[in-house]
Amino acid sequence: MEKHWKSVISRSVCDYFFDHQRKASSPEDIPPVIATPHHYLISVYRSSMFFVAVCTTEVAPLFVVEFLHRVVDTFEDYFSECTESIIKEHYVVVYELLDEMLDNGFPLATESNILKELIKPPNILRTIANTVTGKSNVSSTLPSGQLSNIPWRRTGVKYTNNEAYFDMIEEVDAIIDKSGSTVCAEIQGYIDCCIKLSGMPDLSLSFVNPRLFDDVSFHPCVRFKRWESERVLSFIPPDGNFRLMSYHIGSQSIVAIPVYVRHSLCLRESGSGGRLDITLGPKQTLGRTIENVVLEIPMPKSVLNCGLVTNQGKYTFDPVSKLLVWEVGRIDVTKLPNIRGTISLQSGSPPVEANPSINVKFTINQLAVSGLKVNRLDMYGEKYKPFKGVKYITKAGKFQVRM
Amino acid sequence: MLDSNKDNLKLEAMKRIIGMVAKGREASDLFPAVVKNVVSKNIEVKKLVYVYLVRYAEEQQDLALLSISTFQRALKDPNQLIRASALRVLSSIRVTMIVPIVMLAIKDAAADMSPYVRKTAAHAIPKLYSLDQDQKEELIQVLEKLLYDKTTLVVGSAVMAFEEVCPERIDLIHKNFRKLCSLLVDVDEWGQVVIINMLTRYARSQFTDPNLQDVDEDEESKRPFYEDENEVDEEQQEKRAPTLDPDHRLLLRSAKPLLQSRNAAVVLSVAQLYHHTAPRSEVHQVAKAMIRLLRSHREVQDIVLTSIAATATRRKVMFEPFLKSFFVRSSDATHIKLLKLEILTSLATESSVGIILRELQTYVAAHDPPFVAAAIQAIGRCASNIKEVTDTCLNGLVSLLSNKDQAVVAESVVVIKKLLQTQPSAHREIIIQMAKLVDSVTVPQARASILWLLGEYSERVPKIAPDVLRKMAKTFTSEEDIVKLQVMTLAVKLCLTNPKQTKLLCQYVLQLAKYDQNYDLRDRARFLRHIIFPADAESGGPTRLSKQAKKIFLAPKPAPVPESHFKDREQFQLGSLSHYINTKANGYQELPPFPLEAPDPKARDVETEPQVMEQAPLFTAKKVSSKKDSKFYSDTESPEDESEEDENSSDEDDDDDEEEEDSSSDKDEEEDDNEDEESSGLEEKLPKKVVKSNAKPKSDEEEEEDESDEDDSSSESVSDSDSEDESSEPSSVPKKQTRNAKPAKESTPVVKPKSNLDLLLDLDDGVFCQLISKVLSVIFCFQFLQHLLQS
Repeated sequence: MEKHWKSVISRSVCDYFFDHQRKASSPEDIPPVIATPHHYLISVYRSSMFFVAVCTTEVAPLFVVEFLHRVVDTFEDYFSECTESIIKEHYVVVYELLDEMLDNGFPLATESNILKELIKPPNILRTIANTVTGKSNVSSTLPSGQLSNIPWRRTGVKYTNNEAYFDMIEEVDAIIDKSGSTVCAEIQGYIDCCIKLSGMPDLSLSFVNPRLFDDVSFHPCVRFKRWESERVLSFIPPDGNFRLMSYHIGSQSIVAIPVYVRHSLCLRESGSGGRLDITLGPKQTLGRTIENVVLEIPMPKSVLNCGLVTNQGKYTFDPVSKLLVWEVGRIDVTKLPNIRGTISLQSGSPPVEANPSINVKFTINQLAVSGLKVNRLDMYGEKYKPFKGVKYITKAGKFQVRM
Repeated sequence: MLDSNKDNLKLEAMKRIIGMVAKGREASDLFPAVVKNVVSKNIEVKKLVYVYLVRYAEEQQDLALLSISTFQRALKDPNQLIRASALRVLSSIRVTMIVPIVMLAIKDAAADMSPYVRKTAAHAIPKLYSLDQDQKEELIQVLEKLLYDKTTLVVGSAVMAFEEVCPERIDLIHKNFRKLCSLLVDVDEWGQVVIINMLTRYARSQFTDPNLQDVDEDEESKRPFYEDENEVDEEQQEKRAPTLDPDHRLLLRSAKPLLQSRNAAVVLSVAQLYHHTAPRSEVHQVAKAMIRLLRSHREVQDIVLTSIAATATRRKVMFEPFLKSFFVRSSDATHIKLLKLEILTSLATESSVGIILRELQTYVAAHDPPFVAAAIQAIGRCASNIKEVTDTCLNGLVSLLSNKDQAVVAESVVVIKKLLQTQPSAHREIIIQMAKLVDSVTVPQARASILWLLGEYSERVPKIAPDVLRKMAKTFTSEEDIVKLQVMTLAVKLCLTNPKQTKLLCQYVLQLAKYDQNYDLRDRARFLRHIIFPADAESGGPTRLSKQAKKIFLAPKPAPVPESHFKDREQFQLGSLSHYINTKANGYQELPPFPLEAPDPKARDVETEPQVMEQAPLFTAKKVSSKKDSKFYSDTESPEDESEEDENSSDEDDDDDEEEEDSSSDKDEEEDDNEDEESSGLEEKLPKKVVKSNAKPKSDEEEEEDESDEDDSSSESVSDSDSEDESSEPSSVPKKQTRNAKPAKESTPVVKPKSNLDLLLDLDDGVFCQLISKVLSVIFCFQFLQHLLQS
């Protein structure tokens, strides 16, 4: 699929891109910027699709990358997921969207609130209604939000139930050494909101311990100055789902590691092959249970198969990608989950020097591992009492244990 | 189907056509049928036709002209959306014949009352420019007008157009510089990127280098600045204040909050602004935000890391505290791993090298061959950059020689070779060990390195070297070219130092090379033979050359200095496309070097101030004070906004009693002065004043920052704004009148107000707000009096 804004560029530019694609071992390895004799190809890789932008002149590459990501975000917002077949199916909407989002190579409207007013997202009900009434899902008036100084919110929002939900999601990124000591650990947190409030509410959210924040970034609706002076998030929210802020609690502060992995893996050429033995256990969880634990081990190429026994959960081994996945589930303190067994190796292959590292995934509900807490949420500017809710989740981000 | 008169059918047809266009299939033969539908009433059909037109108009110029009149009509449409989209399509149709029409349309649109249409006009300018370069002068005039625009919506696009059409006309910016700075926070993200990039260039050409005077304070930047950010900041700013142009300071200050943007492009552009224009001591502020971006998408990571890698070669201190963020995870993509390694090595210092080396050691065991190779090279770079660890590194590398992986061994051989070159002290054992490896190593690069080493230091291993040469001579024919070349070199060197044992061998090798398939080898052989065995060329006798042979071949060679290949990127603007690909991209504009002589800093002032004065002398004091609000949703038309505030304050004076229902003005109040305790602001007005006076020291504190950057005039204005509530009444009356006159021109309310509440937030209706709040206050006054009477 292609769309041109300035003069038309032949599709053959993409050949350069395909060349690179063929060379790269995995789709992740393709450089985001490719220089060809006359054009520059800037690409992003999302949900196993490439979105490629072709530029002819100097432009900040991040500008393009960020825009492409925003486009994909918008698609996901519109179609609830973004796959090849969905884009093919809704090509007209996609085209209309792209037309609204970019004008002559400069982004025009990227706020989903505005776009949704211009072009209504497709759903079955509306499709039927449109065929009956002959209406289209393209609005004929300019959304007023575009003109006001609060471009992210549409006007005239009405709900019968006024609700505001905040999800505080924290992801722990860590590298754990062979010996179990922490090499580095950081927390990356997000506050995602789902806000359904009528009118023009002006919210302010305060934290019990805002000193914890190391570095923050905000949705444009947050007033910077208020944050700098009082550490209070004061904002007029967009309608619907959005990410209010993301924060980073860096390696300077101490991060609690909620899980430990005891492991032994030896891959030897002789005899039956290698042996694997892994035990998981909780550590510093503040009394919460660890759920949805998944271990992923990318095995070396020479591994043929695994014959393992687990006392909890089940494991799969994909002989093509050599990925061993062990879905543990929740960790029970009384009976620690364990996996052990043998690994068969290709005979004659060169012995493996180093062991792979384990990627651990887990979630802990009702806990923000940094200790951050929302103090209160106040609303001004509207009369009604909204229903407020805050949810804390801790997840493993890029959590790696080296073996 | 297109000819049918049912919209449904038309729409269906258009959708199919667009499907063809999207797949890149040729659909131009349908042009006449499609163009007819440009008059369609159905907005969706219309839009799709527009899309089609833009794509094919260039190919079907004559037919495209048919549609022009429709656009001209649409340009006069009362609906601003239609006006804007008509202009958009009209300017996107790349037909030279319509240039005058587009020009006219742009001019009209630039004066349109809807900012949205003005924005579209700004977008249309570069389009027209690319179509017809001759229009430049005229376009610049329009552009100048648009740059004056105060709406955040327009400014970003105007600057974008400026960058594309006339980036050299920096004089157009002078008068707008301060406005751009103050609006910066409120412009949309994309506009911010463009504006900051433009302002970076502007700053480079207009302000002097802040780092010139304080070269001696270099060490200062090395001190730990993470104890307490704010404190240090304040201190430093005070120190810098006299040296830095106030406008320069204003620019840096207004860009700083944008580091907190969610948009990576904005963050990076602020980072490059600081990198290129800020005083050395302040650059570190951006590091934290850049580190945050590393958690973002892979593509963002890659680009940010490239920027960091380039910055880190020059400003180590900046990223040192974040060293651990650059540790590599096995799940990273290869090119990201390589970038991280690059950064790690350039960040290494005496204190941190230990941790880094330990990390590198783990990386060597990874499964990713290019990454492992890079890790070994990184060890080498660390070793040669930091003298203290050279020996440990060497030992580590030597132990890698016994690694089972061929590639690892080969890479370490190459690195060791480089390292030994830097310090040719006694490393006899290593050389001997390497010599033994010749038998096992198969990677040509490594073999060549070993041979070279042996040749270079043959006097240290007099016994082994000839032996190796003998072996190599045996296998000569089956070696790779690069190894063959090194065999020859070794042979020649040995022949010079130890002719007794090796002369024959050397001749043999040269003889072999003479008949090699590779002409390089043959050439080299001939060349070497004539230098060493000049007997062949009898005529010249034992020439001077052969006498000098020893000097030629055994000259001490300068050790290679492993350098970051990011060093040479300095010439490009950080974060630009050219910087990333390290070659000049089309249309890249070089950053001008800082002017050596201070360019007259008053030039801007002189040009700015009279202009402001002319417009409304009364505003000047007000304007500065309104900057205070600009960090919030600073209302774009500050005069109106200000007058609302006045209105409120005068209301308060009229009836400072409770007006619970007066939510309209209350709300306003909240919008504008957010420093007030909002919770208390809702109900009591009287106590509020007390609160306010209590809160004064606090608000002063907040404004301290403002004060320092807004020149001397600000101190007056701040006090002005503080006392505004009490004292502004008399002065605000005449102001109100002038202002009322001005907005009246601009605000032709397109969207009719539905309720008072909505109204307040809509800027165009500022005048309404005033009226209504006035009316309300009168009503409440009245009610209150009634109430009093009753009681």
